[in-house]
Amino acid sequence: MSNEELVGVLREKFGDGIRSSQFRDNFRIHVEAARVHDVLAYLKHDHGFDMLVELCAADYLRYPNATDRYGVWYCLLNVSTGRRLIVKTFVNDPSPRLPSVFDLWKGADWMEREVYDMYGIEFDGHPDLRRILLPDEFTSFPLRKDYPLRGRGERHNFQPITRAEA
Amino acid sequence: MPLELADAIAPPEGPDKDYLWTLNFGPQHPATHTTLRLILTLDGEVVVKAVPDIGYLHSGFEKLGEHLDFNQYVTIVDRMNYISPMANEIAWHHTIEKLLGIELTPRCKYLRTIFAELSRIHDHLLCCGAVALDLGGFTAFLYAFNQREKIYDIQETASGQRFHPSFTRVGGLQADVSDEWIAKVRTFVKEFPKAHADVVRLLNRNRIFLERSQGIGVLSREEAINLSATGPIARASGVVRDLRKDEPYLAYGELSSAFKVVCATEGDCLARYLVRMDEMLESLKIIEAAIENLPTGPVNVDANSKAVLPNQMAVYRSIEGLIHHFELIMTNRQWHAPVEEVYGAIESPNGELGFYVVSDGSGTAYRARTRPPSFIHFQLFPYLIQGHQLSDVVAILGSLNIIAAELDR
Repeated sequence: MSNEELVGVLREKFGDGIRSSQFRDNFRIHVEAARVHDVLAYLKHDHGFDMLVELCAADYLRYPNATDRYGVWYCLLNVSTGRRLIVKTFVNDPSPRLPSVFDLWKGADWMEREVYDMYGIEFDGHPDLRRILLPDEFTSFPLRKDYPLRGRGERHNFQPITRAEA
Repeated sequence: MPLELADAIAPPEGPDKDYLWTLNFGPQHPATHTTLRLILTLDGEVVVKAVPDIGYLHSGFEKLGEHLDFNQYVTIVDRMNYISPMANEIAWHHTIEKLLGIELTPRCKYLRTIFAELSRIHDHLLCCGAVALDLGGFTAFLYAFNQREKIYDIQETASGQRFHPSFTRVGGLQADVSDEWIAKVRTFVKEFPKAHADVVRLLNRNRIFLERSQGIGVLSREEAINLSATGPIARASGVVRDLRKDEPYLAYGELSSAFKVVCATEGDCLARYLVRMDEMLESLKIIEAAIENLPTGPVNVDANSKAVLPNQMAVYRSIEGLIHHFELIMTNRQWHAPVEEVYGAIESPNGELGFYVVSDGSGTAYRARTRPPSFIHFQLFPYLIQGHQLSDVVAILGSLNIIAAELDR
């Protein structure tokens, strides 16, 4: 099934909210946050994407022409055919939430914990959503773009800014 | 039988569980080799639950990646998996060149392939040696380390740095290699099989080693896929997947007849050790084929592409050269990357090492995400250790080859 056919099948099943884009050999499917678990479950069970290679996020606060704040990507792989697919979704302040995909791929466990640790995106249904790299008492989310790179003191006292103010 | 965690959240507690015993393993322990901590719940000698606690070496590499340009950040990725630094550099610039759309010169492709395969031998030697060391076989470790020194020498000859070469650049390498370097690689290719055979003779039929690793930490094929395992760990569980064959990059497409993908089906610690040992010989075949067919010509892409620095004479003698140099060095100019994002991955010694780079059009990544194989593989540990004995902790830990600098970044 070609990429275009796959997008067609997904549109038929999940509505016109599905968009796609391509850069080099990366083929991406953009899904709204509410449907992302359904789409991923469908891709896993009906299209054989049995490995979640990579899951992480970025903060698009000052990104050119960005309208949403946090982008989360799921890089999928069909091990038997070697086909790759990236599913991308966006979530926003004040309480960024996504459904956990731990029930589909156990490998998502630590990757989701890292996204929570660095960006504060909460994953509903994750069995053990704690900070993973930073200490539990840490109060900020350091990979957010409003968190400064350096500066003792200001690190914990910086002014958080929202998408509306950026 | 699928692997399941006994109780993912709550520790086994209660009046009838009072006999269980909690043991802290690490963060400083000779057998963790690096800084990581395990909280083990023991029933006598048997581990009923293990909770890894990581982050001791977290130093914000990915945040730094958002502030250092494409060439500067290579010094940081070097320090992720410091056991095989060149593989990280190649992965980083592989992704950046994919983003910028740069096609490397044939000579550079071959040289990077040789470095990548030397890195694989580098990494596997340490892993196999350290497994033997933790299980009581000190001699094999020394034999392996002796060969690692030879690879350090080769890296030093090329780049001037032994431990962190920072040798790759966008569109090429820091410098071309010398004849001395080629001679050193040829000597290594000639001498390595003997050292490899020494380690094999010491370990492969060693009864203590076999009994400590056979049937320990078995990972099935389905679980390996579901838990995102890649590289030698997945191949030891029967997942026939190797990016060098499946998605050829650098010169692997041209050299694909020179090597085979090593796989096993048992999925235990011994299988992971054997896969790594055999992969070293396959890597050696790639190095041999590449060094004997090394193309001539420039090592960097054409300076007019404005991706690499022009040579010194062009900078001093021509206005165009001076402008090129200036454009690449000034932090507000540099490369003109498309406003896009790209995922690029290579088969690093430890598994799939990928970078997800989001670019806002400048010469610095807007987001430089690493997909670190050690991080992904360490989450296998609580599954693999369940029901095994305390002494098997080091066997499983060693066979997963956890590098804490890459784990925590």
